[in-house]
Amino acid sequence: MLSAESIQKIEYELTKYPADRRQAAVMSALRIAQTEKGWLSKETISFVSSYLGIPDIAAMEVATFYNMYELEPVGKYKITVCTNISCMLRDSDSIVEHLNHKLGIGFNETTPDGKFTLKEGECMGTCGGAPLFHINNTRMCEFLTPEKVDQILEELN
Amino acid sequence: MTALAHNLEKQTLVTLRTITEPHPGSLDTYVKLGGYAQLKRIVTEKVKATDIITQIKLSNLRGRGGAGFPTGLKWSFMPRYYDGTKYLVCNTDEGEPGTFKDRDIIRYNPHQLIEGMAIAAYTLGARVGYNYIHGEIWEDYEIFEAALAEARAAGYIGENLFGSNFSFDLHAVHGYGAYICGEETALIESIEGKKGQPRFKPPFPASFGVFGKPTNVNNTESYASIPWIMQHGGEAFQNLGVYNSGGTKLFSVSGHVVNPGNYEVRMGTPFTELLEMAGGIWKGRELKAVIPGGPSTAVMPAKNILGATLDYDGLSKAGSSLGAGSMIVMDDSTCMVKALKRLSYFFFEESCGQCTPCREGTGWLYRVIKRISEGQGRMEDLDLLTDVSSNISGRTICALGDAAATPVLSFVKHFRPEFEYYIQHGRSMVENRE
Ligand SMILES: Cc1cc2nc3c(=O)[nH]c(=O)nc-3n(C[C@H](O)[C@H](O)[C@H](O)COP(=O)(O)O)c2cc1C
Ligand code: FES
Repeated sequence: MLSAESIQKIEYELTKYPADRRQAAVMSALRIAQTEKGWLSKETISFVSSYLGIPDIAAMEVATFYNMYELEPVGKYKITVCTNISCMLRDSDSIVEHLNHKLGIGFNETTPDGKFTLKEGECMGTCGGAPLFHINNTRMCEFLTPEKVDQILEELN
Repeated sequence: MTALAHNLEKQTLVTLRTITEPHPGSLDTYVKLGGYAQLKRIVTEKVKATDIITQIKLSNLRGRGGAGFPTGLKWSFMPRYYDGTKYLVCNTDEGEPGTFKDRDIIRYNPHQLIEGMAIAAYTLGARVGYNYIHGEIWEDYEIFEAALAEARAAGYIGENLFGSNFSFDLHAVHGYGAYICGEETALIESIEGKKGQPRFKPPFPASFGVFGKPTNVNNTESYASIPWIMQHGGEAFQNLGVYNSGGTKLFSVSGHVVNPGNYEVRMGTPFTELLEMAGGIWKGRELKAVIPGGPSTAVMPAKNILGATLDYDGLSKAGSSLGAGSMIVMDDSTCMVKALKRLSYFFFEESCGQCTPCREGTGWLYRVIKRISEGQGRMEDLDLLTDVSSNISGRTICALGDAAATPVLSFVKHFRPEFEYYIQHGRSMVENRE
């Protein structure tokens, strides 16, 4: 159910642990699966657990515990804005408002064309670059201004 | 990648010593500056583990993850003779608001961390290491993975290093959005592929850690200090700092300053000097308050921090603590009710749910502060907040409960009139006052 490329990546993660500790790779296996599929359906999670040879519930517990896994479909670009204190002090609210206005959606909503989903995030450990967001859990965009946000959105469009 | 930094000439660069170079994170840069020479010396000359621990103890290096536990002492807890694999873990899971120092180590000076971990592994007899990196900083995770590959190819980690019988494998692993995994036993659970719920201690990781094996856990900045200590000696490191606080410290300065960022300075540096390095308060405004070590440390009104020095004793004398050195700076336009509301939401959201006082208490705290911020507060709420906080503190498996209580207690203590004003008038005393 996952591409050969994803399987290869999971195999690489497995090399980091003792052979009898395949569960340890579940965090990265779910991340790899999500990167391929966009989100984690029950079937995808089951595939990961059977590939690792662990109970479904063990993978499900992990998928539900950690915030960066998506258990519902999201847009092509998921934008997660940090609104925690250091970002708030640098006016992350204005970035959120700008995004609300530009995309016409609030937190946990997706644009009708399926392109963008907006999420609120907790501290990302990059507070020196506030205000900031990251895109699809990978690309960090810091020192945002409304103009810079426009540029990034345009580039994604 | 050139580093983003300010006022480097005023800093004392130890853990970020490559940062002034054009390609700070590369292996060539690190080796050019004397990198990996200590590892090579220690392994080829078979320096005794006890001699290394003596130097670390002399250095007065205290854990940079927040608790300030002496690193040399921690290392001496690892069982010396053990049949089987011992593990070494590095905690790069920083996600406590205001903390972003370890990120700069893994992206600008990853090899110093790798060398520090390899020296620790040699000293403690650990065969395998994991660096657990906060999931949100994905690009930096990839930089660290690339540095590991470089180090492996150059023979600084792997089998039979420098032709000796010492082998050490080091891997990067990641979190995926859970602050609690910064707590060392939750982090270990997460490495094992489980929910990040802290374990009861004892047993401590030194006897029951990763996969149930003896494990040493240190913070990124702690490990990255080791090569410098081994090069210059424990005493020299101690002398960079002050009594009880050896060495330099990376301070993450965020919030209302002109130049937010990381600043590495000697322990004992006056707060005012750090503030000046960061360009002072932005927009020509006045300093109102600082959270000096991340929200798990007490907020300090300007008058308390302006005279303080930045070291463990200096900040505790001034009424707070050093924590992870995460300075959240707030100017006089900051509404303390709103700030506390955001922090309380964070702890409520990030409580792992295992202990009732923390799971229920953090929800209570958030709801009461939210009620105040919506103009629905009552005067009794302030005592209620103190009461609920005191009932979380000390009653949970891990310190997240205490961390959630600290901001509430300290905000209400130092800024009570602002909370009272909000309750009486249903609006902020400071916002929109122009
Ligand atoms: C809720 C919570 C979060 C923590 N987060 C971190 C963290 O992000 N990084 C870290 O190094 N230590 C963190 N710690 C402290 C660790 O449990 C542990 O003490 C530390 O990693 C040990 O390393 P050190 O002795 O070098 O400081 C946290 C503790 C708690 C209770
Ligand atoms: S508070 Fe936003 S990244 Fe830390």
